[in-house]
Amino acid sequence: MALLEIENLTQRFGGLQALTDFSIRIDQEEMVGLIGPNGAGKTTVFNLVSGFYRPTAGAIRIAGRSIAGMKPHRVTALGVARTFQNIRLWKEMSVLDNIRVSQHHRLGYGLFDTLWRSRRYARREREIETEARKLLEVFGLTTVADERPPNLPYGIQRKVEIARALSVRPKLLLLDEPAAGLNTSDIQELIRLVRWIHAEFRVAIFMIEHHMDVMMELCPRIQVIDFGSTIASGSPEEIRNDPAVVTAYLGDDTL
Amino acid sequence: MRRLTVPVLLFLLFALLGFLAQQELVSQYVLSVLMFMGVNIILASSLNLVNGYMGEFSCGHAGFMAVGAYVASVLGVVLFTADRVFGDPVVSPELAVYGFPLVILAGGLAAALFGLLVAFPSFKTRGDYLAIITIAANYIIISLIENIDRIGGARGFMGMKRVIYAMEDELFIPWLPLWVFLFTVFCVWLLRRFVVSTYGRGVMAICQDEVAAEIMSVDTNRMKLVAFMLSSGLAGIAGGLFAHILGYVNPGSFTILKSTEVLVMVYLGGMGSLSGSVLAAMLFTVLLEALRPLQIIKWVVVPLLLIVLMQFRPEGIMGNRELADLFPKLRRFYRFK
Repeated sequence: MALLEIENLTQRFGGLQALTDFSIRIDQEEMVGLIGPNGAGKTTVFNLVSGFYRPTAGAIRIAGRSIAGMKPHRVTALGVARTFQNIRLWKEMSVLDNIRVSQHHRLGYGLFDTLWRSRRYARREREIETEARKLLEVFGLTTVADERPPNLPYGIQRKVEIARALSVRPKLLLLDEPAAGLNTSDIQELIRLVRWIHAEFRVAIFMIEHHMDVMMELCPRIQVIDFGSTIASGSPEEIRNDPAVVTAYLGDDTL
Repeated sequence: MRRLTVPVLLFLLFALLGFLAQQELVSQYVLSVLMFMGVNIILASSLNLVNGYMGEFSCGHAGFMAVGAYVASVLGVVLFTADRVFGDPVVSPELAVYGFPLVILAGGLAAALFGLLVAFPSFKTRGDYLAIITIAANYIIISLIENIDRIGGARGFMGMKRVIYAMEDELFIPWLPLWVFLFTVFCVWLLRRFVVSTYGRGVMAICQDEVAAEIMSVDTNRMKLVAFMLSSGLAGIAGGLFAHILGYVNPGSFTILKSTEVLVMVYLGGMGSLSGSVLAAMLFTVLLEALRPLQIIKWVVVPLLLIVLMQFRPEGIMGNRELADLFPKLRRFYRFK
């Protein structure tokens, strides 16, 4: 069974058709890229998968379960985590707290445990803290655990955001332009990081990216959309030589 | 040792208060100011949960206070005293000693239920629009009370002093100041437990980026429900105590003016800072008393204070930090956990 199955997804915003008949299948531990010119509908796909929009038509299934009508936090609990195009960390919380709060769906205690400080509360809080620190450690972020995100360099913030997404313990990680705003050496590090995450956490990764070199290097399979419809899909080689893709990116000069 | 500092300190304060009140070493006036201080501490710190930690702007806190005040007062009077309207006491007045805290808690519970009036709209609405809804909720509650004739309507309701007398007949100790003290400690302690937990941090995540909170697995609707109910429930407790200190309540005491007073305390102390709210509530209570000779001009001076505050220190006295953040040396003596 595929981890993520999208069938004939269509999304309309008023008169604007943002996505038309979009379909994709992603298996466990696969790494797939989604590219397309600006405004092609890539982020719309992500917003649909994370339950943020309700699709006009079509189906999204995660590990066989339809997510129609589910609130985003329920979708996340199914094992879907994401990062954002523009970093959306909680700015007034320490890095450690950012990681801790992202375990909200599996806290295992409720309001009364919190107020009563039950044994379960104490045990789970300890576990949550240990787990968060461990995650920061493998990401090499231990030294910034008590910092607030805005005080950190942009590259590190990106890393924290990815760590926060992994704190959810996802099976599917959605990366929305992880290389945006990074310089060349940061990008090289990002490629290594994504590869390492893919191997270490055994997650499927579905990513949007504008840097072609990042995509070509990371994703064995790429799907290209333009004006909300799929125009090509295949290996990086195939994509590079696909006339429809070339037209979409470079324009059509046959007037 | 560090764990014990605060409980020991509180216990000493409690004993001192009991002793001073029992021996009548402090005047009734000072005692009532101290009690209002406690009520204000509960009000400010509970509102801070919604306005500071969750980042919404609730300006109907007095409404929930009114619910707590009326429910606790009516319950107490009906249960423990002979009343002109409600007749003989339902249970023996001697039970008032045990019943009093339960009655106050019942007021808090009722206020928490009224908190739903604001919590449900908050799922879809936020910011300015939610603020308008909270004002509406405040008015709805006031009108509701004004139109229930059995509890006095706009004339107000009294008889709570008789509940206190019933308790004092049983055993002559300063019941009310001691209960106010205990409830104040209880409320602040409850809030602190809430905001330091990973669970409670979900509320702060909503404040800082609601979309990210929802996507990163925080059930935002449930957290809003919990925060609003907890906040209004504690306001209800404050209301119950307030009613028993005065011995008389009328709907006019719980209008938007009272809500504004609480807002001033929250902003004076600093958003998202419990110790700030506690300090500001104490300071504000004393200030109001000190300005009493100015009479009506007091209500020019206090808002003016708010203008000056917003101009020169918009983050409030503490501003998102706790005492231990400002004075790290304090950490040696107590833990903020």
